[in-house]
Amino acid sequence: MNKTKTLNHANTLNKPIDRRRFLSGSLATGAAIGASSMMSTNLMAMPAKKGGTLRVGFTQGATSDSTDPATFNNDFMFTYAYGVFNNLTEIAPDGSLIPELALKWDATPDAKMWIFELRQGVSFHDGKELDANDVIASINHHRGEQSKSSAKPLLADITSIKALDKYTITIELAGGNADFPFIFSQYNLVIHPAKGESIDFTSMNGTGAYKVKQFEPGVRALYQRNENYWKEDRAHLDEIEIILISDPAARLNALTTGEVDLIDRPDLKTLHLLKRRKGLRVEQTTGTKHYTLPMLSDVAPYKDNNVRQALKYAIDRQEMVDKILKGYGTVGNDHPIAPSMRFFNNELKQREYDADKSRFYLKKAGLKKLDIQLNLAESAWGNDTVNGGVLFSETSAKAGINIEVVREPNDGYWSNVWLKKPFCASYWGGRPTADWMFTTAYADGVSWNESRWSHEKFNQLLVAARSELNQERRREMYFDMQRLVHDEGSTIIPMFGNYVLAMNDKVQHGQTASNWNLDGLRFMERWWIS
Amino acid sequence: MNSILLMTLKRLSLGVITLFVVSLIIFSAVEILPGDLAQEVLGQTATPETIAAFRHELGLDKPAISRYVSWLTNMIQGDFGHSLANGRAISDLLSDRFSNTLFVAAYAAIIAVPLALTLGILAALYRNSWFDRIANITTLSSISFPEFFVAYILILFLSVNNSFFPSLANISDSMPLSEQLYRTILPAITLTLVVVVHMMRMTRASIINVLASPYVEMARMKGMSPARVIVFHALPNALAPIINVIALNLAYLVVGVVVVEVVFVYPGLGQLLVDSVSKRDITVVQAASLIFAGTFILLNLIADILSILSNPRLLNPR
Repeated sequence: MNKTKTLNHANTLNKPIDRRRFLSGSLATGAAIGASSMMSTNLMAMPAKKGGTLRVGFTQGATSDSTDPATFNNDFMFTYAYGVFNNLTEIAPDGSLIPELALKWDATPDAKMWIFELRQGVSFHDGKELDANDVIASINHHRGEQSKSSAKPLLADITSIKALDKYTITIELAGGNADFPFIFSQYNLVIHPAKGESIDFTSMNGTGAYKVKQFEPGVRALYQRNENYWKEDRAHLDEIEIILISDPAARLNALTTGEVDLIDRPDLKTLHLLKRRKGLRVEQTTGTKHYTLPMLSDVAPYKDNNVRQALKYAIDRQEMVDKILKGYGTVGNDHPIAPSMRFFNNELKQREYDADKSRFYLKKAGLKKLDIQLNLAESAWGNDTVNGGVLFSETSAKAGINIEVVREPNDGYWSNVWLKKPFCASYWGGRPTADWMFTTAYADGVSWNESRWSHEKFNQLLVAARSELNQERRREMYFDMQRLVHDEGSTIIPMFGNYVLAMNDKVQHGQTASNWNLDGLRFMERWWIS
Repeated sequence: MNSILLMTLKRLSLGVITLFVVSLIIFSAVEILPGDLAQEVLGQTATPETIAAFRHELGLDKPAISRYVSWLTNMIQGDFGHSLANGRAISDLLSDRFSNTLFVAAYAAIIAVPLALTLGILAALYRNSWFDRIANITTLSSISFPEFFVAYILILFLSVNNSFFPSLANISDSMPLSEQLYRTILPAITLTLVVVVHMMRMTRASIINVLASPYVEMARMKGMSPARVIVFHALPNALAPIINVIALNLAYLVVGVVVVEVVFVYPGLGQLLVDSVSKRDITVVQAASLIFAGTFILLNLIADILSILSNPRLLNPR
C-alpha cells in the first residue's frame, strides 16, 4: 500500500464516511445541484421510517429477461441488480463516488495500477462471506472472448486482476484512468458469489438490501428486506413489489386506483390531469439522459462541418423541449455533459435557433439548399419521436434545409438503423463522468461512436485528461473537449430529458441522485413510506 | 359410432400435419424478421464482439435449417427446450401462463355462452320486438368498439370513478379462488362483451331459420306454447351452426386476448408471445404458437363431433 500514492480526488473519497454526516452534508450542497430535485424542504427533513410495503408499476421489463448480469438491459433488471446486490462503488445522491463493497481504493500516480480493499464481514443472503474471489469472478464475467456483456467495452482496458489476499485486489490497466472506480458503480458490475471460475447468477444470491421472494420476469418481482444488511440507515421497507405495466394508461389507472404507490415514465401528455388529483404528486429530476441526432461524419453531406453547423442552428431547442418533452426537460448545447455533472462547461454559449446563421453555414458549404432524410422510431425518443422529427423539419425548412422524416419500425431499430443510416435519432442514459460519456460515444473507433466522429485534438485531450491528476488542468481539458464537440462534433443534442415519476403521498425519500431514473435506480434501498 | 371414431382419428392426424406446417411457417417468419435474439437483447449496448459471443453461446451462428431440425427432433420427443433469452424451461414458462389464459377464458365463457344462448333464444322468441332490437343494438355496439376501448370504459366507471373492482388483474397462485375471480372480473366482462354478439346472433338466426320448417308449424298447430316450440323442437335442430360459432369464439377467448391482457396487466400467454417475438426468442414463440394452433384444431374438432352428434346426417356428405 505505501508504494502507491493516493490520488487527489480519490483521497477525499477514501475517508471513512459517517452516513448521517454525509447525508446532512449533501443536503447543504443540494442547492449547487440546481434543478436536480423538486422536493420540498420539509420532505427532506423527515427521518426515514421503517416498515411497510411499496408497490411499484414499471414500464420496462420482459418475459425474456435473464438474471445474467451480462444482459441487464431494462429498469426491471437494473433495480433487481441494485436492490439484491452491491457494487464495489456507489454514486451518492450528490453525484460523488462513495465506497460500497470496496472500503477504499488507491492508485499509482499514473492511475494505471489500482488497489481495492474490500469491506470485511459482509455476507451473501445464503450466509457465505464475501471475499476477493467473488469480486474477481464477477468482474471477469464481463471480460474476455466469451463474454457477451454490455459492460465489456468498459473493462477493455484491464490487463490483469489479482487477489493480494482475501480482502485486497489489484487491477492493472493498459492506460491510466483517474475515474476508473466510477465504472464499478455500473449495474452490470454487481458482485455475485463465485462458482469455480465463473459466477452463480441463477440463485439470485447477493449481498444487497433485499432478498428475492418471487421473481417472474415480465410479470412481477417481490422482494423482502435482508435483515442482516450491512449498511446502516438503508433498506427501510419490509417488502417491495414491482409489477410490470407496460401500457401507459393502465399504469396511470393503477396509481389512481391505489393498486400501486409509484409509477415510472408516466405519460407526459396527461400529467397535468394527474396533478389535479389529491394525494398524488409528480417528481422530476434533471439527469444525464439526453436525446441525440447523430450524423455519420464520414458520409456526405455530413463530412462537411459547415453542413453540421447549419443543421445545429436549424433546430429550435426550446420548442422541442416544450412540445416533445412537454416541458419536462432542458435544452441541450450539442455536447453530452449535463449541467449536474462535474466539469460541465458553463462558459459555453447556449446555441439558439437561428435560420440566418444556418443559411450562412449552408452557403459556406457551397450549398443553396439541402435535401436529407432523417430516420427515426419510437425506440429512440419515446412516443413523440416522429413528431420531434417533423418539428425539426418545420424549423429547418425556413433555413432552406428540407428534411424528409422517415418512420422506421421499433423492432430492430438499434441493429438496423442506428449506426447505419447517415442521420437518425438516438438517446443516452448518460454516464456519471465526462470521461465515461466521451469514451463511450465520441472517442475515435469505439463501437458506439454513433456519428463515427474522429477528431485528432479531441482524442488526444481525452486520453490526456483521463490520467491527468491535477483537477484544474483536467477541468480545462474537459471544457475544451465540450467546446470541440459543440463546434465540430457530428451530433446534434437538442435536449436533456428529465426523469419523471408519479407517486402517492405515502412515498418518501431524501435527496435524489440524478445519474439514473428512480434515485440513481437505488430507490429500493433508499426510499421509505410513511 | 365407429365412423365418428374414424373421423376423429383422421382429423387428429391432419391436425398433427397442420401443427408441423404452422411450426415451419412461424420459424421462417421469425427468421425473416430483422435482427436476432442477440441484437434484440443487447439492443443499443451491443458491440460486434458481444453479439458474436452471444450468438455462439446460443448456437444462433448455425444455419437455420439445422437449428429447425434439432428443435423438431427435441419437440417430437416431448422436449419443448429452454428459452433462448433466459434459459428457463419452456414447459415451466408456458404452464403458468397457459393456465392463466385458460382461467380467464373459461371465466368469460361461463358468463358469455349461457348469456348469448339465452339472449339469442329470447330474441328469436320475441323477434322484431323492442327486446330483440335492444339486445341486437347493445351487443352489436359492444363488439364494434375495439376491445381496449371497452376495457378502458369499464375501468373508468367500475374502477376509477367507483372503486368496485381493481384495475389490475395481477393474480398469483397463492391467492384464494374467490380473490382470483374478483381480480379478473373486469377482463372477463370485457371478453364477454366482445364475444357475446356473434353467438347470440347465430343462435337467433339459426332458430328463426328452423322456425320456417313444416314440423315446427305442426308443433304450433298442436297448440304448443311458442317457448316450448323453440326450446324443445327448433333448438335441437339449430344446434350445429351454434356449436361451431361457440367453438370459434372459445378459441378466440384463448388466443385473441393479448390486448385485454395488456390493458389489465394479466400474465397470460398472449403477452408472453408478444415479448418473445419482439426478442426473437424463437423456442418460446414456437411453443406458444403450437399451443395456439393446437387450441384451434382441438376446439374445431370438438365442435364438429358435437354437431355430428346433434345432427347425424352431417356424417354422410351428399
